[in-house]
Amino acid sequence: MQPETSQYAIETRDLSIFYGLFEAVKNVNLQIEKGKITAIIGPSGCGKSTLLRAFNRMNDFVPSSHVKGEIFLHGANLYSKEIDPVEVRRRIGMVFQKPNPFPKSIYDNIAWGAKINGFKGNMDELVEQSLRGAALWDEVKDKLKQSAYALSGGQQQRLCIARAIAIQPEIILMDEPASALDPISTLRIEDLMQELKKNYTIIIVTHNMQQAARVSDFTAMMMLYEETRSGTVIEYDKTEVIFTRPTDKRTEDYVTGRFG
Amino acid sequence: MSRFSYPEEQDLQQFVAARYRKAWGWQVLFLLALLIAIFSLVSLLLNIADGAFGYVAYEFKKDPASFSQKPLQELTQPELITLLQKNLSSGAYNKLNNEQPLSQRSQAELYSLVIERLVQIKTRETYSLFRSVFDKPGIEAEVKEKYPQARLEFRSWVSLPFLTTPMSSRAEFAGVRTALLGSLWLVGIATAFALPVGVGAAVYLQEYASKKGLINKIIQTNINNLAGVPSIVYGMLGLAIFVRLMEGFTSGAWFGVTDSNGRTVLSAGLTMGLLVLPLVIINAQEALKAVPDSIRQAAFGVGATRWQTVWSHVLPNALPGILTGSILAISRAVGETAPLIIVGASTYITLDPQSPFSKFTALPIQIYQWTARPQAEYHSIAAAAILVLLVLLLTLNAAAILLRNRFQKRL
Repeated sequence: MQPETSQYAIETRDLSIFYGLFEAVKNVNLQIEKGKITAIIGPSGCGKSTLLRAFNRMNDFVPSSHVKGEIFLHGANLYSKEIDPVEVRRRIGMVFQKPNPFPKSIYDNIAWGAKINGFKGNMDELVEQSLRGAALWDEVKDKLKQSAYALSGGQQQRLCIARAIAIQPEIILMDEPASALDPISTLRIEDLMQELKKNYTIIIVTHNMQQAARVSDFTAMMMLYEETRSGTVIEYDKTEVIFTRPTDKRTEDYVTGRFG
Repeated sequence: MSRFSYPEEQDLQQFVAARYRKAWGWQVLFLLALLIAIFSLVSLLLNIADGAFGYVAYEFKKDPASFSQKPLQELTQPELITLLQKNLSSGAYNKLNNEQPLSQRSQAELYSLVIERLVQIKTRETYSLFRSVFDKPGIEAEVKEKYPQARLEFRSWVSLPFLTTPMSSRAEFAGVRTALLGSLWLVGIATAFALPVGVGAAVYLQEYASKKGLINKIIQTNINNLAGVPSIVYGMLGLAIFVRLMEGFTSGAWFGVTDSNGRTVLSAGLTMGLLVLPLVIINAQEALKAVPDSIRQAAFGVGATRWQTVWSHVLPNALPGILTGSILAISRAVGETAPLIIVGASTYITLDPQSPFSKFTALPIQIYQWTARPQAEYHSIAAAAILVLLVLLLTLNAAAILLRNRFQKRL
């Protein structure tokens, strides 16, 4: 990929995402700021996750899915023919809705991603640094060889975050990372995101409006076109603007809880 | 007054009681089904055991004492050889010597040869286990009356010599060594062929091929149907392809083996491999399907290629299932008879299979041959061979369970 030329982490231009003939997401134009947390909010089924997964080409695994328009990372279109999706996913990490550690030891969960991406250096150091980065080190440092499945849900999710940052991506996508967790674990993840912000750009999909208001710097509001059932971004601005003085009536209704 | 109501008080009690009665009826029905299954299984085992053990009345055609002053068992190898040389026709003696030089045979082998060829045991009557246990006086009286010369002996037709001696023209001396080794060769070759090919095909279908493609759907449907094709059809296929078309390969002619045609253990093993291949593919696919998608997503999410994902995460997680399913599929091949008959298993063979290019026989073939004979003693050794086959099958299944438990613990 080319060296940095853009001031944005990710830029989309007239991005539409299709499943077969169905246009799930329509005409999205977003400029995601570097080093910030951007939240994508909106009612269920409006294409938030679809949009998020387009950023690291995870939608490629859905048969018959394809995109129109462009997504730029450093001025290079992620969907152009020369770009390998494997390289995209190395640069744009992902944390999923349900914690999904590998059925291996805690250590191997982090080391595997590094290994396959050709990591050179001290693996033990990388594992420790990644676990510290995910605020998990103190809890697991004595049981690195134990199965990751023995951890609690919140710990597993932080392990997944550690796994994502171990390969040193530029951007981390989070697909409702706290929706399967209790409030205390959720809070820890949110605190962690503020830490991660210093080094990474984060894009988070969430159903939880308070969460979006608490953690994010920018918010994209998505809605369905009634007639086509396609989702699109209806408003994108600083989070405080979206939550205090949105320009779109639908956004106001949604964030104030009057609808959705 | 509401338009909806439920039974109350007295009605409710009766209603609940009626529901219990109905449920009880079904429960009895299911128990009955289970009992029928258990009954069939037990009677099958009893039937086999009935034939495999029991009293035997036999006579010596010639008195052992007429050959030697010492008891025959105590004679040394050279003494036994001289005995054979003296009492057999030179043609018969030379034939034995050509099969395997007598001087190279053990004392036990020579002794059984002497008994078989010179003393010549003649089995008069075999009795079932049931009668042997419950009507011993009746048997004794019957033998005394009908065969006054005969000796009565309780015999287990399954025995160590039965496992270690090859086929013989006389039931008393026949064993399943050749057939057992043949079956093991078959399983080995079938596994070596079907396991890698089957797992590879399953990985391709499950992990690489698009599930929606028309061609893949057709292939998938065909594999499912192939699993139901009668085994004799695979026999025809094996005959056409492995025995005839690929004779140079299966007879070993390409590798310098000259004394063989295509009817080798290799042809039969590959045919068996073909037979179980669809089952192996389907079982492996099921095992791969059971690996949660979230693991694949996690691997892709850290920048893995598809192959890295499959090799490091999907296959290790599916391995116990793949192994269990494959062993169960392959154990089906152990009991198959029809394809072997068509591919050309030998019906009478005393030489161990030495290489993939050997002639062979297998346990089911042997059993089939023996049950077709009219003499009662052949039915007894057939029952014994069935026991051997069952133990072989149970061993394979036990291995499947052990493997599964072992790998699951490691996860």
